[in-house]
Amino acid sequence: MKDLSQAKNFDEFMEGIWRQNPVFVMVLGMCPALAVTVSAVNALAMGFATTFVLVCSCLLVSLMRKLVPKEVRIATYIVIIATFVTVVDYIIQALSLELYEALGAFIQLIVVNCIILGRAEAHASKHPPLTAITNALGMGIGFTIGLFALGGVREILGAGKFFGVSLFGANFQPWVVMVLPPGGFFVLGAWLLLFAALKRRKEAHLAASGDGHGA
Amino acid sequence: MSALTEIRSAPHIKSPRSVEQIMRNVVFSLLPVCAFFVYQYGLSAAASILVVTAACLLTERLFVRLGGQAGDLSDYSATITGVLLGLTLPPGFPLWMGFVAGFTAIALGKALFGGIGFNVFNPALVGRAFVQAAFPAAIATYTPSFLPGRFTEFIPSSLAWPLMAPADTAAWLKGMQLDAWTGATPLAKWKFEGTLTDAGDLLTSLAGHMAVGPSPALILLCGAYLALRRFMDWRIPAAILGSAGLTAWLIYAIGGPKYPDPFFMLFSGGLILGAVYMATDMATSPVTPRGMWVYGGLIGVLTVMIRYYGGLPEGVMYAILIANAATPLIEQITQPTPFGKGASIRAGRSASYTLHPDYISREEAAAKTSKKRFFKNKPKKP
Repeated sequence: MKDLSQAKNFDEFMEGIWRQNPVFVMVLGMCPALAVTVSAVNALAMGFATTFVLVCSCLLVSLMRKLVPKEVRIATYIVIIATFVTVVDYIIQALSLELYEALGAFIQLIVVNCIILGRAEAHASKHPPLTAITNALGMGIGFTIGLFALGGVREILGAGKFFGVSLFGANFQPWVVMVLPPGGFFVLGAWLLLFAALKRRKEAHLAASGDGHGA
Repeated sequence: MSALTEIRSAPHIKSPRSVEQIMRNVVFSLLPVCAFFVYQYGLSAAASILVVTAACLLTERLFVRLGGQAGDLSDYSATITGVLLGLTLPPGFPLWMGFVAGFTAIALGKALFGGIGFNVFNPALVGRAFVQAAFPAAIATYTPSFLPGRFTEFIPSSLAWPLMAPADTAAWLKGMQLDAWTGATPLAKWKFEGTLTDAGDLLTSLAGHMAVGPSPALILLCGAYLALRRFMDWRIPAAILGSAGLTAWLIYAIGGPKYPDPFFMLFSGGLILGAVYMATDMATSPVTPRGMWVYGGLIGVLTVMIRYYGGLPEGVMYAILIANAATPLIEQITQPTPFGKGASIRAGRSASYTLHPDYISREEAAAKTSKKRFFKNKPKKP
């Protein structure tokens, strides 16, 4: 029985990281994903901030799921999310003003990030706290991985650096387009293409092996 | 192999034309232009065209192999893309950037849409637009043509290591001791320095060390060959050059001498190459004759507007890409009227037709009229 619940928890956790990845599968939260991912550091900071807000709000929503009347639930979620966003906003401002300026308005805009509201509405309001947190943590980490995949590529091509460390020496030719908004679309499109190709290949493989068993 | 009998409805047109044949002829007509380009800029130009074309062919092969893309290397379409892209890039463009341009042209401009015939935008221009956005400094760096040692040494910026910035050509040029050369294309000179180049010099590209592409006169000649053999529709280049010339002339006539004369507008930059070879791409231009005029007119006006009022000196590329995007719309509003369906020969309410040979072609309209008469004679309700 315990094994079963552990397996289920693990499944909840992995859902956000791979099967329902917010960036690459659900294509949610595109506004921060395209706007702030010009460098790996920005992407990670944005991802962690979102994860923090996601986990905390999902916990609170899950705890209050039987107290909140159905009619005002969205307003309640927004108030909860906004509270934690304010917390994150002040924390980042206190820790690193540089990062705070780089992320700009996108920290405050976590309030309207559709991943958080979507998780609160679709998952946390229907599940007990532990399951809700596990799922939220998986989603948050999945989102961070997605942002990092975008930010890493864009930083390497757009500035020749990775986490601020120069990779190719001083003579590197930056690809200007990569730090501009179109670069975000190009990189996101390339990743989506890669995952679609992998998925198709896996399905073809599964179908082929299924046929093999049948015969 | 047994002969297949194919049953088809009319019209029974037997055309010897195939896509491959048309494409091959376009490539052949581009060879003199390439030769002139190499004559102007030497080794670097030859290497640039070869690398870009090789990148296009490799990418095409890759995507055909991966599946999901129509066409094949043997249809010459990737070769055209590569050669045209090579001709639009500066001769000293770093070769690795040329490779990136060729890859993007085929991957982003063609393969993603499904291969030959499915592309929405001209692939060569998609590749060029990408490197224009990615490497704005390198793509604006021109070197003068007809340098003395051009057949024995590369332009130093060509041979940059992959991912590395190209060498500075200014110092290299200073060592050449050229007199009266200012390191900008004629369009950039006009836009940023206010000096005009003679239109006749531009037409031949032969006068001195000008930083220009292949001679517009030669491109027009090759285009005329294609148009005469019906491998290309003459309406599109005619419409583009006509509307660009007319717009430039109007602005020149109204705005006075601070604007360049229309001939400078026509023969400078890539307008002729764009009009003859890029805009006439069959997959991305309208098929209706009236649509071709609208499409060409749009490109001409946009080009002049971007050149005059935009931030960049050259606007042909963006004008053609915008017109490519508008092509489906243009085709929709310029559908030709089928014979007998036009508004001009719709039967009037009380029209009466005598039995006359002219009338026979109006059979359908007359049928409508008689129906109306039938209704007219119906007894009215009280």
